[in-house]
Amino acid sequence: MTALYTALPPYARALDMTFVDEIDGVPVIGMPFADRVQGRPGFLHGGAISGLLEIAAIAAIHQALRAKGSDSNIKQVNVTVDFMRGGLNQMTYAVGEVTRLGRTMANVEARAWQEDRDNPIAMGYMHYLIKAKRAG
Amino acid sequence: MTTGATNIETLAPKGGGFDPALVNKLMGKFGHGGFLNMEYVGHGDDWVELAIDWREDLVADPDTGILASAVIISLMDNATSMSIWTKLNEFRPQATMDLRIDYLRPSPSGQRVYGRGICYHLTNSIGFVRGYAHNGNPDQPLAHASGTFIRTGGQTA
Repeated sequence: MTALYTALPPYARALDMTFVDEIDGVPVIGMPFADRVQGRPGFLHGGAISGLLEIAAIAAIHQALRAKGSDSNIKQVNVTVDFMRGGLNQMTYAVGEVTRLGRTMANVEARAWQEDRDNPIAMGYMHYLIKAKRAG
Repeated sequence: MTTGATNIETLAPKGGGFDPALVNKLMGKFGHGGFLNMEYVGHGDDWVELAIDWREDLVADPDTGILASAVIISLMDNATSMSIWTKLNEFRPQATMDLRIDYLRPSPSGQRVYGRGICYHLTNSIGFVRGYAHNGNPDQPLAHASGTFIRTGGQTA
């Protein structure tokens, strides 16, 4: 997967996601409210929130791999998303946290919030396979 | 999160019931469902199948053309949500509580993705759902889903 540090992938750009900040060196991704991310009228679609969590998780794992000097690829195995609050008509932020980075797999958590990071609107829990690039 | 009461209720067929094909004209053509251009494929007593065409701007990894994981989440969210109303044979307001997706394999570049949502149990408050995504052959799924929806209104005392 192309390093998320330099450019967000087409899916993220299509939903207007941008790098807005860093927390402890980990990118914070922002996503503005718009019709294309809306579910029931006035609220974010759960899939769009999940998309923001996914991009934040991938950004966090790329950052963690880079910090280790690794150029390994990643492959997502699964994700569980808990939806805690309805996403309102405002900017949404997300940041990932790599809770464990091993040789073969990584556990990542991502948190999405609007006004207050301590009141998340959703959390994502992801497992990724770490795949070393083959020489030659 | 699902499309809400006001709009969907206006689509209730005369004489009651729930028509997923009709409701998808709203959920699949406006908002996030419209962005993904979700199409109605079919339904049974307790299931609804929807589909999304591969598109370059839905890709998470430009090197491989593999769709963003969340595209599958959105597809399964809508299909499982509609499976609850289909099983109930009426609309009730609800929100996604949680959703888990296991990715058995990537969805190949250029291929349409189908998502079948199944409601396997209903209580007064909770809809229990599962489902799977595939590229046209349900015997070769690319992802499995399971989750729960919570009723957000219209409760009888």
